[in-house]
Amino acid sequence: MSWILILEQSLNGLQFGLMLFLLAAGLTLVFGIMDMINLAHGSLYMLGAFLASTFVQLTGSFLAGVLLAIPATAVLGMLLEVSILRTLYTRDHLSQVLATFALILIINELVRLVWGSDAALPMPAALSGPVELLPGLRYPAYRLVIIGVGLAVALVLYLLVAKTRVGMLVRAGASNREMALAMGVDIKLLFTLVFGAGAALCAVAGSMLAPLLAVQVGMGENILILAFVVIVIGGIGSIRGALVGAVLVGVVDTIGRAFLPILLGAFFQPRVASAAGPALASVMIYLIMAVVLYFRPQGLFPARG
Amino acid sequence: MRKALFTTLLLIAFPLAMQWLGYLFYVSFASRVMIYAIAATSLNLVLGYGGMLSFGHAAFVGAGAYVASILVAEGVASAWIGWPAAVAASAALAWIIGAISLRTRGVYFIMITLAFAQMMFYLVNSMKAYGGDEGLTLPRRAELGLGLDLGNEVVFYYVVLLVLLAALYALHRVVHSRFGRVLIAIRENEARVEALGVPVYRYQLLCFVIAGAAGGLAGALLASHGKYVNPNVLHWLQSGTLMIMVILGGVGHLWGGVIGAAVLLGLEHVIADYPLPWLAQVAPNYQQHASLGVGIVLLVIVLFAPQGIAGLISRKRHA
Repeated sequence: MSWILILEQSLNGLQFGLMLFLLAAGLTLVFGIMDMINLAHGSLYMLGAFLASTFVQLTGSFLAGVLLAIPATAVLGMLLEVSILRTLYTRDHLSQVLATFALILIINELVRLVWGSDAALPMPAALSGPVELLPGLRYPAYRLVIIGVGLAVALVLYLLVAKTRVGMLVRAGASNREMALAMGVDIKLLFTLVFGAGAALCAVAGSMLAPLLAVQVGMGENILILAFVVIVIGGIGSIRGALVGAVLVGVVDTIGRAFLPILLGAFFQPRVASAAGPALASVMIYLIMAVVLYFRPQGLFPARG
Repeated sequence: MRKALFTTLLLIAFPLAMQWLGYLFYVSFASRVMIYAIAATSLNLVLGYGGMLSFGHAAFVGAGAYVASILVAEGVASAWIGWPAAVAASAALAWIIGAISLRTRGVYFIMITLAFAQMMFYLVNSMKAYGGDEGLTLPRRAELGLGLDLGNEVVFYYVVLLVLLAALYALHRVVHSRFGRVLIAIRENEARVEALGVPVYRYQLLCFVIAGAAGGLAGALLASHGKYVNPNVLHWLQSGTLMIMVILGGVGHLWGGVIGAAVLLGLEHVIADYPLPWLAQVAPNYQQHASLGVGIVLLVIVLFAPQGIAGLISRKRHA
């Protein structure tokens, strides 16, 4: 029983980590190329989930709804970049933090005006059942789909960044912006595109996670901080770092939540253990980040050479 | 100087006038504004004068609030014990967090202070004995003795005012001391100050600890004021709100924190509690969306008035 439980929780951790990766990938590129702190990244995740909920209702198909939400969020993201964020690149980090914090407030309220405080995005019926992976291990089909989508997107992203010309420009921008500019790269256009791609990834994560979590105003705020933790652990600007960091954070968080209460239960009263376990799991993520920053201030896979 | 004196006299007369007019609610509201002003002023020392972008100041406010509340809940009601304990706890916390965080620079400093604050947030969330995520309700405010009843809104107001004035005076003195000059020099050019042989790290750490301690005092006052504390005082959005107040008021201006707290809380209150008929006709439920207005004002200020309101005022005077 025990190893099946561990396997199941590891899969849950992988699933959560991959979705975190989708958020962190866009964030780390924005951060790496333009040296820009974008707190409003979580708002795009929220927008993606709300848009998906509306499109799924309109079309009656989960797949079609999600596929419509992705370009729609990308367009919104690019509009945001062209209208407001672009003016912030040359400003200091403080201004960026505050301006994008203001955007969080504004987008939250706009979403509340358009959709209300929450929306529904039910799981597609065909995927709601479990699948027997191994004898004795029955795993929800929908979570397997999420893992599949996450791995596929990660692979596409890797090929795009590592093997194509656009990807080369992105890497050049992340490792040395001035040099890339001097070599004649149109950073402005490149960045709008990167931002759009980041928004699209947000929409994928938002709409895929929506049936498991809740679609509500404020859903982006907590996961945003986790995504920041991921990119700081992985090294700002590094896609590979984001993947490693995301899976690490996802697995530690999930496994910690599942097993720390049991582990603590061996030493403390059950009431104390069940309360302290999840908190300790959350603390552990930040502890990992603090330790990584202390010993490797540039993260595990620094993008800047 | 004359302006400061005038403002102080105005603040002293305020509760008497409100009492006379029968608007006691505003005395309590003003106390809340002043408590946030203390917290924002302490952040301004780190942010504006020290040039350290700490994104975890709520941790110190929250630690102070919780230490003071837990003492009251455990029966130690005296403010003479509770408030110094809150200050000491927050200072110790700031020392630990600062000692580790100040080894990093730039974006990483922002992120690591944020991470520590989140750690505190989750720790407090797990303290089931003291309310956990539901928070802790106090039977009464802390007790000051001396025949002063802090439960009385006017008395509480004057105590908070005294603390605020002391904090502002302390900030003024610190900034104009040798210590303050060095701090500002570090903000302007860290490498140069380092090269002069100044132990930059120690100066920054001391600044961080002083600000953390003052934040803890604000937290203790905040808990007493509302007779309630919950983990949201440590949430990162709270750190963001404090930052907003500092920016709104003016980074590195003595009165920045005060102006910022007054404008932000005042704006929220006015939008939420004073219906404008013409606006209600266009948008019937606009009052439930107060933070939309706050967000837009903030965005405009960041984009077009990076020096904050205090900066606008002094620029006008110089022009």
